Amino acid sequence: MGTTQVKQKVFVANFAELPPRIGREIVVDGLKIAVFRLSDDRIKAIGGACPHKQGPLAEGIVAGEYVFCPLHEYKVSLIDGKVQEPDDGCVATYDTLVEEDKVYVLV
Amino acid sequence: MTKKKLLIIGNGMAGVRTIEEILERNSHQYEITIIGEETYTNYNRIMLSNVLQKKMTVDEIVTNPLQWYEDNGITLIHHDPAIRLDPQAKQVVTADGQCIHYDKCIIATGSRSFILPIEGAELAGVLGFRTIDDTLQMIEQAKQYKRAAVIGGGLLGLEAAKGLVDQGMEVTVVHLEKWLMETQLNEPAGNLLKKDLEKQGIRFLMEKKTTRILGTSRVEGLEFSDGSTLEADLVIMAVGIRPVTGLAKDAGLHVERGIVVDDFMATSAADVYAVGECAQHNKTIYGLVAPLYEQGKVLADLLAHRPTDGYKGSTVSTSLKVSGCDLFSAGIIRESDDVKGIEAYNGLNNSYKKLFIRDNRIVGIVLYGDTSEENRYYKMLRNGTDIAALNPVTLLAAADEEAGASVAQWDDTDTVCGCNGVTKGTIVNAIHAQQLTSVADVVRCTKAGNSCGKCKPMIGELLSHVLGDKVALAPTGICGCTDLTRDDIVLQIHEKGLKTSKDVFRELGFRNAEGCSKCRPAINFYLNVTFPNEHQDEKESRYVNERMHGNIQKNGSFSVIPRMRGGKTTPQQLLKIAQVAEKYNVPLVKVTGSQRIGLYGVNKEDLPAMWEELDMTSASAYAKAVRSVKTCVGANFCRFGTQDSMGLGIKLEERYEYIDTPHKFKMGVSACPRSCVESGVKDFGVIGVENGFQIYIGGNGGTEVKEATLLTTVETEQEVIDLCGAMLQYYRKTGNYAERTAPWLERLGFEHVKSVLLNPEQSKALLAELDAAVAGKRKDPWTEIRSNEHKEQELYTVGRG
Repeated sequence: MGTTQVKQKVFVANFAELPPRIGREIVVDGLKIAVFRLSDDRIKAIGGACPHKQGPLAEGIVAGEYVFCPLHEYKVSLIDGKVQEPDDGCVATYDTLVEEDKVYVLV
Repeated sequence: MTKKKLLIIGNGMAGVRTIEEILERNSHQYEITIIGEETYTNYNRIMLSNVLQKKMTVDEIVTNPLQWYEDNGITLIHHDPAIRLDPQAKQVVTADGQCIHYDKCIIATGSRSFILPIEGAELAGVLGFRTIDDTLQMIEQAKQYKRAAVIGGGLLGLEAAKGLVDQGMEVTVVHLEKWLMETQLNEPAGNLLKKDLEKQGIRFLMEKKTTRILGTSRVEGLEFSDGSTLEADLVIMAVGIRPVTGLAKDAGLHVERGIVVDDFMATSAADVYAVGECAQHNKTIYGLVAPLYEQGKVLADLLAHRPTDGYKGSTVSTSLKVSGCDLFSAGIIRESDDVKGIEAYNGLNNSYKKLFIRDNRIVGIVLYGDTSEENRYYKMLRNGTDIAALNPVTLLAAADEEAGASVAQWDDTDTVCGCNGVTKGTIVNAIHAQQLTSVADVVRCTKAGNSCGKCKPMIGELLSHVLGDKVALAPTGICGCTDLTRDDIVLQIHEKGLKTSKDVFRELGFRNAEGCSKCRPAINFYLNVTFPNEHQDEKESRYVNERMHGNIQKNGSFSVIPRMRGGKTTPQQLLKIAQVAEKYNVPLVKVTGSQRIGLYGVNKEDLPAMWEELDMTSASAYAKAVRSVKTCVGANFCRFGTQDSMGLGIKLEERYEYIDTPHKFKMGVSACPRSCVESGVKDFGVIGVENGFQIYIGGNGGTEVKEATLLTTVETEQEVIDLCGAMLQYYRKTGNYAERTAPWLERLGFEHVKSVLLNPEQSKALLAELDAAVAGKRKDPWTEIRSNEHKEQELYTVGRG
């Protein structure tokens, strides 16, 4: 019999409190997650630590669908979590949800 | 027709270079596979010492990124060493079990650091210096450990030692011989080198034989044959290299010290070749780059079915990549029955030269301290010039006109890049034929300058010579999003009246609609300077430090450095800083390089509360902006002081603090020419003298030390302050984002900048422009955030799930 993992719905912030292209870090059971509101108001969430030197991705510069790690400029996709060439690696991605102007991450 | 399969074992400099030569001759002839054991793509091993000496980054030394392999249809088997070669079946097996068939195989496995077979050699903290991983480990360990011992005072050992000093370690070089670099230098030159390196902080133990490495799990020290010991918690083995020949030996190839090859780089097995440090040609193994490349060319000719005379061995030359120790060595450097030397020592500048002569021809060269004539002598050595007509004094005398002449006057057959054997003619032809306009282009197309890089200035000269003014027009985009230069962009911002980054990216056709981490902060800055009132500063385009108003640390924490104008503080401030540091468990309290007190390792969430409790303002110690002004105690207390340096420093800081500049802008005010605050390496440095103030500009104490240039001497404090403002605005208007004042001054020309700043009208206009641009904007960011709950929450909250 298969098991279904029940995802936890974690509140991040009110939508209006998230400025576009400035990340917000949340910590869930010790796990760092970086949440972003893109220019087109989509909400994206990825693992908060850069695979290179664990730089805080929430503090990076956001351009289009990418964030640049503030420590050494690794370019990470906010869509699939992949580090872009010439570097490599990836971070987890998380589903997000906006309900009644409240932003949630599903963990 | 199916292509022949070419397999290269080894992804290092020799193998990949051979491939490049083959591709240049015929890019479609072979289906190419490269097997490499390291995780990196091909990189320039020679530059590792520059990485260790903090002159370059790992990214900068990668010569062929993955894209290059893709573009050339090369299969790269990465991080998976070849373990078996079967010349009968013509196949190679890798550690992961891949089996690759070949028609032609090149072994380019290079060499490894030789680790002395002594007790303790396997302890943690004993490293070779050969790969990126070795280098990164050295950098990492230098952070945790203090005392390093380098065994071996040869080229590599000395470069490693200097690098470790630059990484903050105490370094002792242990050398078996009587003088350093004994294969390349004679005793007098070796001793001069030692003196210079001692001045740079390296210690030496000469004529010491290491017999044991002490320690239980990690290295704790060295023991020598005379029973003495040395404490060390990091040991670098730099006693030489050993060719990697195991694979060839197991396959039954003829191997002596290296894999034996003939003049066409062929091994004893059919269709198997060897190049580089693993190959032994005519009893000789080369550990330098130039011979490897010469071998690569011969092999490429052979494999591409071009005529070739074969490889005839190489004359090698050496220089050392440690600044302040210029040396050059080539050829035979020992006197014998038929080799005689002539030498000269100049005690005034500590320089030494010795030429070794046989049959009226130079066969060896040792230069120390002054290497300006290396090209002249090396040319004579390579060409076998008959020097019978020159008497020893003429020969040793400073360069005559011909030798001192610029590279533009050289013959086309003269070699510009010794590493890669590229002649002046080849470079000039490439500049014409391929319309090259930058040094980078030339390096890419001809390979000149891509190894040790020493000849790049000469390439620059050739470019200017061939192209004249066109060199400066070479298009270089500010980042990967655009081909436009900073000047193009600023001009169009003006002309088109662009007021937001979004407009800039759209109107100027940037490839990424929202730019990247390089251009976003730059464009935001240019917009702020061009339209200070119309453009709304874009927080999301600021680098994290300037968004959060603290310097981000490697673990994601921040620093808090409160402003203390002129470096002056009070007991009350110190008490408060102490209380706050204690209350928030600040891991590190440190006096900074510019006389301020820094609290390091602060959590983001604690920043606003700490600022509140400190009740001090920000020193902007994280920003591309006007920084703290460093001052000496000055005439009020110091018996030598001629001016109130502290008072003037405070005034300067007060007048210009919180103004953004292309890069950080550091100032210093000394009260006398002893210049205790090192005004000579500041962007704007002041030295008080009896009759006024000397103003120095464009100094830099950073990556590349640049001495500031004397701009002028003025009589009053007000003149100093006004000139500073004029310079700030001119720098803001004309500087490239992230360009310090030293390169800025060099780019614009000191005389030009001087003529602008010392022209009373222009200077006054600049100051007025600056004041207008920053009016109402010079606010302490900490206070602003403290007074704005919304902003505080927006930026400094960390959610807890």
